[in-house]
Amino acid sequence: MIAVQHIGKSFGKLTVLDDISFEVNNPGIFAVLGPNGSGKTTFLKILLGMVIPETGKMLFDGKDISRSFKYRNKIGYLPQVAQFPDNLTVVEIINMIKNIRQQPAHSEQLISLFGLAKSLDKKLGTLSGGTRQKVNIVLTFMFDNPVIVLDEPTAGLDPVSLIKLKDLIQQEKNAGKIILITSHIMGLVEELADEIIFLLEGQIFFKGTLEDLKSKTGSEDLEHSIATILEP
Amino acid sequence: MFLRITISNILLMVFLSGICREIVVSPQEGLISLKQAIEMANHGDTIRVKPGTYECRNLFIEKPLTLIGEKGAVLDGGNESYVLKLLADNITIEGFEINNSGKSYTKDYAAIYVSGTSGFRIIANKIDQSFFGILVEKSRNGLIRDNRVNGNAKREDESGNGIHLWHCDSVKITNNEVSGMRDGIYLEFVSASQVTQNHTHANVRYGLHFMFSSHDDYVGNTFENNGAGVAVMFSKWIRMESNNFIKNWGTASYGLLLKEIYDGEVINNRFEENTMGIYVDGSSRVNYLNNTLKQNGWAIKVSGGCYSNQFSHNNFIGNSFDISYNSRMNDNTFHGNFWSEYTGYDLDKDGKGDIPYRPVKLFSYIVNQTPETIVLLRSLFVDIINFSEKVSPVFTPDDLVDDSPSMKMFL
Amino acid sequence: MIKILKYSFSDLIRSRWSYIYLVFYLILGFSLLFLNNDLSKAIITLMNIIVVLTPMIGTIFGVMYFYNSREFTELLLAQPVRRSRIFLGQYLGISISLALSLTMGLGIPFLIYGIFQSPEIFNFLMLLVSGTFLTFIFVALSINIALFNTNKIKGFGYAILMWLFFAVIYDGLFLISLVVFNDYPLDNLALTASFLNPIDLSRIMILLKLDISALLGYTGALFQKFFGTGTGLLSSIAMLLIWVMIPIFTMVKKSERKDF
Repeated sequence: MIAVQHIGKSFGKLTVLDDISFEVNNPGIFAVLGPNGSGKTTFLKILLGMVIPETGKMLFDGKDISRSFKYRNKIGYLPQVAQFPDNLTVVEIINMIKNIRQQPAHSEQLISLFGLAKSLDKKLGTLSGGTRQKVNIVLTFMFDNPVIVLDEPTAGLDPVSLIKLKDLIQQEKNAGKIILITSHIMGLVEELADEIIFLLEGQIFFKGTLEDLKSKTGSEDLEHSIATILEP
Repeated sequence: MFLRITISNILLMVFLSGICREIVVSPQEGLISLKQAIEMANHGDTIRVKPGTYECRNLFIEKPLTLIGEKGAVLDGGNESYVLKLLADNITIEGFEINNSGKSYTKDYAAIYVSGTSGFRIIANKIDQSFFGILVEKSRNGLIRDNRVNGNAKREDESGNGIHLWHCDSVKITNNEVSGMRDGIYLEFVSASQVTQNHTHANVRYGLHFMFSSHDDYVGNTFENNGAGVAVMFSKWIRMESNNFIKNWGTASYGLLLKEIYDGEVINNRFEENTMGIYVDGSSRVNYLNNTLKQNGWAIKVSGGCYSNQFSHNNFIGNSFDISYNSRMNDNTFHGNFWSEYTGYDLDKDGKGDIPYRPVKLFSYIVNQTPETIVLLRSLFVDIINFSEKVSPVFTPDDLVDDSPSMKMFL
Repeated sequence: MIKILKYSFSDLIRSRWSYIYLVFYLILGFSLLFLNNDLSKAIITLMNIIVVLTPMIGTIFGVMYFYNSREFTELLLAQPVRRSRIFLGQYLGISISLALSLTMGLGIPFLIYGIFQSPEIFNFLMLLVSGTFLTFIFVALSINIALFNTNKIKGFGYAILMWLFFAVIYDGLFLISLVVFNDYPLDNLALTASFLNPIDLSRIMILLKLDISALLGYTGALFQKFFGTGTGLLSSIAMLLIWVMIPIFTMVKKSERKDF
């Protein structure tokens, strides 16, 4: 489904991604981890076409994504920071994204799931960060996309919504989707991830299951494994 | 001797009043030649000309006669020399259509030529396609009224003037319309004359051209769209009142040019949309009162030595430049005018602005030096430098201010 | 593109700043008309304000909107939409809403005052047309600056500098060079230089109506031809259109290559 071939990217003198290759074909939840500045977000943005790689190419469904935009119809994206035009209402932004994507959507369920019904006619500028993140989640999950990209999905969420989000992610996984996730909350990763891609200094330091990582580092949980990697 | 002249004069008057005849000329019957009629006529007779076209080349009139053209009476000069020549006193020419005088580069052929006479009257004629329209030399006590002179002049050097007076006095020129000639009305060495209610437009050079003439008035005329407006030069004691100067556009074109004029009055005139409203060059002791200068490029441009002129109660409305000077010297007074650009206030409510107005802008000085800078007119940068000059004048006359600018437009 | 335009437009026309901008023009229009009571003077004053203010507001709004909606733009970029469409849509949304504030803000007072019965109607329309052009040009220029500068503070600084350059500095240099090269024929230089600055260009377009008497006072044959015929107006409008097209073109080009 997603094939990464020799991707390289640098910003000025700083090399962010250095000749990265891997493939993701099976459904499941893939956690992209790494310290700050390791290129996690850049990688996701390259997949979404927001950052253009200097070398290599990214194939989606076997096709090169450069200069193409239609493939994004199959990706749902939950950005790190939820920021919308201040003067549009919740329902308007939902309609706008529907309007742009022209795909069947099931927004009502999600709206009631996250209790957004009473906020539908409020302006986005007046909402709290948590509520905006809920809107963001609705926008991401209301379409039936084979690939879902979640960049720090839990930011600002209350515990109840967090549980609902986790359920939602599990449901999607069970529906046979590929889910790419970045997070600083290791508990969440441990709970959800089927596979871990660990980026370090622009390269893939580790790619494999959680168990593999633990046994490789000889630690009993993810947090310690990572600490071992970073400070040997 | 004296007695004999007196007696003959009395006899003449008796003769004139008693036995004045009317001779009728008609193309169909009876007398068909105007020339013959004139030869036949006695002093004081009236010749009535019936409708029709009469060939009329260089026709001399050498005795006091009244020629009246009925509607449709056309005198055709056949593009040769003069049409009518008035060479005696008290001749009246009325109601003719006069066409096709000759054109010449050496002689001033005219439709009606008047020379050395007194008491001529030229009334309600329509003159077309002639080199000069009405040309009057060395004559006095005349009247030129209700005539229309039309031409299609393209260049100055191959056309003549509509109404041209040279060395005349006490002539009234009123209610004529002149268009398409070189100068509409031209006066040289003419004194004690009145030019009133005329309309000159679309003439190649000036609407009215005044030279070496003194003690004349021109009142209530309209000068529109002429090559360079009205030029009044080398004259004294001229009164210019209630005229309209409109749309005289072009390089060095103006509504009114005053060159070497002394002791004149410019009152109650209207100057609208001229490249220059009034161009004053070397003129002194002229009063400019109650004029309206609206939407001209330069409302008043002052150049050369101009002393003791007074500008009061005029309206300056929406001109690109109100006053332009080419030096820092100023001996003229501006007092109590209305300036639409004035931004001051009137706290004591006396109808006069409390802070003085400076009508000369730095930018007008710059444009004088470098004309191309005109493209920067009304730009923010120009406003800024104008403002700084206003605060501390360096290039413009610092004593040129209107101390009591009117808050209201004069009606 | 139309979808993006629709939403960014409906976002912007509900923003406080649009209202402030609209109310500013309303107050300006009413106070000019009812204090002066003279249409032609009001139009001259308005011209002075419009050629300076619309570029400034366009510039500030352009960069502000761009930087403030960066996260939302990223969300849009992740949608199946062509990049150029997103930026064109946002650009048109900003420009149209600003132009609308201008047109309505001035249009309402002048309409009430009876502009349609006045011979000044053409001058007034000219004013709105050039104000609208300037808005479109300067919003495009400022979005370009924002696209080329990720740093918000820097971008904002450059944008203000650009406005200052076109509004004041350019004319200062222009005037100085004309005065310095006084001895040479300057027709071409003067006309070319005014064509290269959209603010000068629209100022001249209005001058062609308001100050034609003065413009025709200059001797140069080129000037006479340019100002004396319809050529001046037509070529000014054509040049303003080019001034809109070029920054839109670079905006599209840059947006295709930029990393977000």
